Amino acid sequence: MDIQFTEEQELLRSSVQRLLRDQYDLDARRRIVASEEGFSRKHWAAFAELGLLAAPFAEDVGGLGGGPLSTMIIMQEFGRHLVVEPFVETVVVAGGLIEQAGSEEQKQALIPDIVAGTKLWALAWAEKGSRFDLATVTTTARRDGDDAGYLLTGEKTAVLAAPWADHLIVSARTSGHRHDRGGVSLFVVDRRVANLDLQSFKTIDGRRAAEISLRGVRGQLLGKEGEGVAALEACRDRAIGALCAEIVGAIGELNAATLEYSKTRKQFGTTIGSFQVLQHRMVDMFIAHQEALSLMQHLSLSLGASDAGVSRLASGAKSKIGYSGKFVADQAVQLHGGMGMTDELNVGHYFKRISSINIQLGDPAYHVLRYAQLDAAA
Amino acid sequence: MELALSPEDAAFRDEVRAFIQDNYPAEMRVANPETDLSKEHMLLWHRILHKKGWIAPLWPKEYGGPGWSITRRFIFEQETTRAGTLPPLAFSVTMVGPVIYTFGNDAQKQKFLPRILSGEDWWCQGYSEPGSGSDLATVRTKAVRDGDHYIVNGHKTWTTLAQHADWIFCLVRTDPAAKPQSGISFLLIDMKSPGVTVRPIITIDGSHEVNDVFLENVRVPVENLIGEENKGWTYAKFLLGNERTSMAGIGRSTRYIERLKKIVKAEIPEDDPAHLEFIRDIARVELDVLALEATELRVVAQMARGIDPGPAASLFKIRGTEVFQNITELTHRAIGNYGLALREHPVSANHFMPGPDYGHTASEKYLNSRKLSIYGGSNEIQRNIIAKAVLGL
Repeated sequence: MDIQFTEEQELLRSSVQRLLRDQYDLDARRRIVASEEGFSRKHWAAFAELGLLAAPFAEDVGGLGGGPLSTMIIMQEFGRHLVVEPFVETVVVAGGLIEQAGSEEQKQALIPDIVAGTKLWALAWAEKGSRFDLATVTTTARRDGDDAGYLLTGEKTAVLAAPWADHLIVSARTSGHRHDRGGVSLFVVDRRVANLDLQSFKTIDGRRAAEISLRGVRGQLLGKEGEGVAALEACRDRAIGALCAEIVGAIGELNAATLEYSKTRKQFGTTIGSFQVLQHRMVDMFIAHQEALSLMQHLSLSLGASDAGVSRLASGAKSKIGYSGKFVADQAVQLHGGMGMTDELNVGHYFKRISSINIQLGDPAYHVLRYAQLDAAA
Repeated sequence: MELALSPEDAAFRDEVRAFIQDNYPAEMRVANPETDLSKEHMLLWHRILHKKGWIAPLWPKEYGGPGWSITRRFIFEQETTRAGTLPPLAFSVTMVGPVIYTFGNDAQKQKFLPRILSGEDWWCQGYSEPGSGSDLATVRTKAVRDGDHYIVNGHKTWTTLAQHADWIFCLVRTDPAAKPQSGISFLLIDMKSPGVTVRPIITIDGSHEVNDVFLENVRVPVENLIGEENKGWTYAKFLLGNERTSMAGIGRSTRYIERLKKIVKAEIPEDDPAHLEFIRDIARVELDVLALEATELRVVAQMARGIDPGPAASLFKIRGTEVFQNITELTHRAIGNYGLALREHPVSANHFMPGPDYGHTASEKYLNSRKLSIYGGSNEIQRNIIAKAVLGL
């Protein structure tokens, strides 16, 4: 099942690698995270310039037609460099939703600005008490007069990248009750309107998120009314493909750093890598990487082929790769000793990034259960 | 679980419980006492315990200890941790104090012990170095005799709360030619001495707990040497053995489990399948604590009968830290999406944190507790100790 990458894909990988190697080392990232905005518009423009923001989109909406495999390639490299810019939120999640569910008019109006790097997006789906369930929605949307407009009222929680975003996609209920699958619709909302309140906070992995309060905010329907959950699920599958690739990138770096450290760090007159207990630990970390890498490729191929059952596979991968990442991150910190606990070393930052991904769009425990339940339902 | 207590000991337990209830300062009940309190606030409880005569349970009466039996010391430990009081600074009271009254001379005892008890001097520990973590005997910080002074040069690291410290007790190498363990001395150094520099180390939770301490041509009077030159390793080991039972952290784990239960109840409805999973995971960790507590009580009962517990401390350290890491992970998971947020340090009311108050420190505790399996002799080292000392491997 090993992927034979095309010349084009190899070119994409090496160009991302070159850009990040030259411009996105740990010090550069540290400066970006500490800056007022907390992300870099300059780097975002460079990503656009390189075509990364166009890569996964179909050619007829102005993309490069790379699909989930190009997302995988990009995100693996972003994971290695702990990139904070909202590629997943803007391109994979919002861009993907617009491409999948939007009208022809919306695609032509919204996707070019994403591709050009001029507009940033975020998805507001979670609410207090919704935990990881996409269908638990109490935010309401009601029609505003005769035109296509709706007014949205409610509270959204932990919206990643919202402080950076120009637009939001918001899930809101147009009918039904709190947990109903049907009756949830998606809306495009301008983030800067007056009756939308945003309270920003910093995330464990050095990014920004916000709690959002909507009081009669005008929204434009995206996709069919009442069918938002199915659209969100497909969107989550693609986002999981991206996040899994990011974890795999991080695992690779953690394993390389830990191996290198174990060969140089001396205690008791020898390198710590000569201790059998640590050798076995690192073998398990290596195996975790191999498994995660394989499953990531399998998922990306299935996403590209729109296989039946891809959603179940996505949940399986989110769980398995999430647990692998957690194991490797725990052990990488442990084997680096006190150094692994410091803000100075990259190891702790990978640990935090993986911990963050393991919460986003459902934790490994949530997804292993969904994997089991979809099997039972089949 | 409780020890079978005599009526006198039971009365003592009630007295301790009531004293905490009536006297623990309300201003010390902050979100995360380990990171959010100023030095002055941290010392409030210390001073109250000192006034009461309870600040140094371990110490013999002649040096200012309360003269408690092992059982009473354990009761006191249990009550204070269960109540979530901030323990007095261990480096002063539990670590350097006993070294001074056991191995120090009369002048040292008179000079240092009262100031430790009163909280006037804040001590930090100069053990680890960049090249000497688990392998402490390789310390390279040098002390060279120059008349009635030592000239000290070196770099200590992971020095907890050195930013507040008045004094540091250091392992220094006084005989570079001797075998690693035999050339070490135990030296007390005034942090105000010229040549001492403290550099903060920020950890992954964003807090400033530990530091690098640089010593450059620091002149230390010979009278600050503890015991004999080159015998420091003996004193260092004595100090490390002094922690014994407290590493299990039963009181703290029990408190965090209670809190976790409340969070799960509030966050996860009973018809969510995650609810069942959480109550099972919590029960599992509760049983870990129960088994550890039973072991601790067994060891305390043996110690009260004069039986040496041997390397029990290693078992408590391994399991106590693993259990607490597990609890902080479950807590972080229980708050769901709010687990994405991390409080900014230094803590300020101006920084917004999402979600209910009970979740605000979950991320930082989860991150910070990774250190537990590393410090104080990593858990790998503790397993080596048991393999060697208990199993004879």
